[in-house]
Amino acid sequence: MSNAVTVNAASKIFPLARGKSVVALEEIDLAVAPGEFVSLIGPSGCGKSTLLRLIADLDQPTSGSIEVFGKTARQARIDQDYGIAFQQAGLLPWRSVTGNIELPLELHGVGKTARRARAAELLALVGLSDFADRYPDQLSGGMQQRVAIARSLAESPELLLMDEPFGALDEMTRERMQDELVRLCAETGAAVVFVTHSIPEAVFLSDRVVVISPRPGRIREIVPVGLGSAGNREEGLREASGFFAAVSAVREALHGAPTAEVRGGETR
Amino acid sequence: MTRTRGILLGVVGVVLLGVLWEAYKALGPANGFVINGLTVLPRTNDLAMPHLVTMFTRLFEPVTSAPGSPALWSAVVQAAGFSLGIAAVGWIIGVVVGMLLAVLMQRFRTAESALLPWVVLSQTVPLIALAPLVAGIGAQLRFGEARWQDWMSVALIASYLAFFPVSVGALRGLESPDRAHVELMRTYAVGWWKTLITLRIPASIPYLLPALRLAAANAVIGTVVAEVSIGLRGGVGRMMIEYASASSGDPGKPWAPIFGAVVIGLIAAGLVAAIGLGLRKYRQGEVPA
Amino acid sequence: MRETTAGRARMIMAPVILGVVVIVLWQLVVVGFAIKPYVLPSPLSIWDQFTRAFGTIWSGTKVTGFNALVGLLLGAVLGILFAVFSALLRVFDELSLPVVLALAVVPIVALAPVLYTMFGAGEETARQLVAALAVFIPVYVNTLRGLRQVRPVHRDLMRAYAASAWQATRTVTLPGATPFLFTGLRIASSLAVISALIAEYFGGPVDGLGRSITSAASYSNYPLAYAFVLGSIVLGLVFYLLTLALEKFATRHSPP
Repeated sequence: MSNAVTVNAASKIFPLARGKSVVALEEIDLAVAPGEFVSLIGPSGCGKSTLLRLIADLDQPTSGSIEVFGKTARQARIDQDYGIAFQQAGLLPWRSVTGNIELPLELHGVGKTARRARAAELLALVGLSDFADRYPDQLSGGMQQRVAIARSLAESPELLLMDEPFGALDEMTRERMQDELVRLCAETGAAVVFVTHSIPEAVFLSDRVVVISPRPGRIREIVPVGLGSAGNREEGLREASGFFAAVSAVREALHGAPTAEVRGGETR
Repeated sequence: MTRTRGILLGVVGVVLLGVLWEAYKALGPANGFVINGLTVLPRTNDLAMPHLVTMFTRLFEPVTSAPGSPALWSAVVQAAGFSLGIAAVGWIIGVVVGMLLAVLMQRFRTAESALLPWVVLSQTVPLIALAPLVAGIGAQLRFGEARWQDWMSVALIASYLAFFPVSVGALRGLESPDRAHVELMRTYAVGWWKTLITLRIPASIPYLLPALRLAAANAVIGTVVAEVSIGLRGGVGRMMIEYASASSGDPGKPWAPIFGAVVIGLIAAGLVAAIGLGLRKYRQGEVPA
Repeated sequence: MRETTAGRARMIMAPVILGVVVIVLWQLVVVGFAIKPYVLPSPLSIWDQFTRAFGTIWSGTKVTGFNALVGLLLGAVLGILFAVFSALLRVFDELSLPVVLALAVVPIVALAPVLYTMFGAGEETARQLVAALAVFIPVYVNTLRGLRQVRPVHRDLMRAYAASAWQATRTVTLPGATPFLFTGLRIASSLAVISALIAEYFGGPVDGLGRSITSAASYSNYPLAYAFVLGSIVLGLVFYLLTLALEKFATRHSPP
């Protein structure tokens, strides 16, 4: 079976004014196996979101190639092989919660009753069944993000692309959402590419953490987390010693050298 | 590159409009399209829709056939200058009053809740209908030797239309600074006045400039309308009425004061744009009115 | 809770009290200083005229109100159509830019005299067109801004869904532009009434509120003139409140 995502020597150069340009990504090689959870982490502006956008075919690489389930990224987008969630929930304010979750199904010609049923299923999955007829402006930020995640799961994709979906949430909501995401991944078996700048978040969620360095964006290191399969992760993991070891490993990779003072329990 | 393209296409657009005019005049029915006794498209005879050439050449002929009569364009320029002057007075009064109201409303919450609805209401209702009555009040006023002049009534009405966008725009601008900035001033133990000068007024400029532009357009409209309804001679407003009624054999003539009004409007907008140029560094993130 | 109740009470009471105080002061000043009605009639005498001449005022209001309504609808339809064209075709936008800019700063009522000649001085068409032109600008400008205002995250979403251009327009662009359109319409509603009214000052038949004001003033019947002004105020208010309600309805789920 082919990889969920294969990135081959992809580079992205953005042209600037007066003939200058900025190298956002340089020679990225990455493979994501089916069902694997991979996080992209790095400082702001390192190109991690750009990489995600290349996989989603929202931007095209300047050189190199990207395959999703053995097809070109463009073909995968047209075939709707992935679901996507952004940092902003990006819900349409004039549609109800149900209407927002139905949006991709509606666009792809799914019938009304089938849409309704699927939306109800997804709402139960993200625990928002009581809010089906509300409008986005009546929901908290965390609830909006859950709706956005339900929307990304609408067509049962084999691949989920998530661009800092919890970035705007408070720490408590964020940890709850992480728990839910782990559960959802276990249930759906989808591969995930997850962009974040939070080390504990990346460690808690991922099978592998890809550390990216900025200007030009390059993969500095890929840290295998090895905390067990998604089904076995739970709240207690955040206090396990293996968790802290992985957090330190990612932090060292980010800073480029071992740092002495980070052995403590700092989780952010 | 894109700038020259924009200018070029803009010129083409104006020319197209002229072509449209002449094409309709050439092809449309002489008495216009009439459906059920309702004229939906205009008449095309020379009187109703003169050739563009007629409008332009008319500008360079004398105003009347009387000997010594000046060229039409110079009469229009004179009238336009007169109206522009009144509009400028109205604009300045309107801006001052509008700013004062905005500062008052920013300072006192009760003033804001008492005044703002009336300020909004003042423009949604056609109080400009009062114009014919303002001169009646003014005529009764005397300040010692000085008497109230009709042009002052016109300026007053112009200022009435001009103050609204300024007060609303300035209020939004004065209240625009981030909470963080306001609290920063508070930690510096700086009073309301200093905060106004150093924070609120500079922060209000992106909101104020579009409001000033709108106020200028409104002042011009108010001036032209008030000239008509008060019957003040000397400006383009009155000139429109005079030329329109005396033009049955002279179709190009009524267009001259209209061009004059267009030019005043553009000059007024240009003057405000010049003010904006001087305040460039305050203009990040300009908010349309 | 007490805070908000008190705040709401102040929001409603403060302007009402101010209005009442101004009217009472006005009445007292006019009576106390024996001001002649040709300078400033008292509120009570205006109200008296308003109730007595209600039939005339009502028929004038119908004429002017109908002109304003036709202008509002015509100008709104044209404004929306032009905005859609401009959003779809950049060339169209660039071609019309100087004309639109000029229309925005130019006194449109100035066109009234020539429009009377073009459409006939005995008809209302010229007035409706003046109102339509005045309405066109805010509707066009606001709708176009709304059509251009698609949030980047929604654009990405549509691309990620491989949505067709028409699907994206229908699900994101048009609904997103609706609140802007109604804001433009609210601004335009007042302009429609004002323009229809003052176009009457420039000529045409003597049947609307505008001509009634000027003719009452020229017969020195000032309380009656003010009563007509009161009628026009009510007309303007009705237009404004109706479009405001429409706007509130259209923007009920939009972030402020």
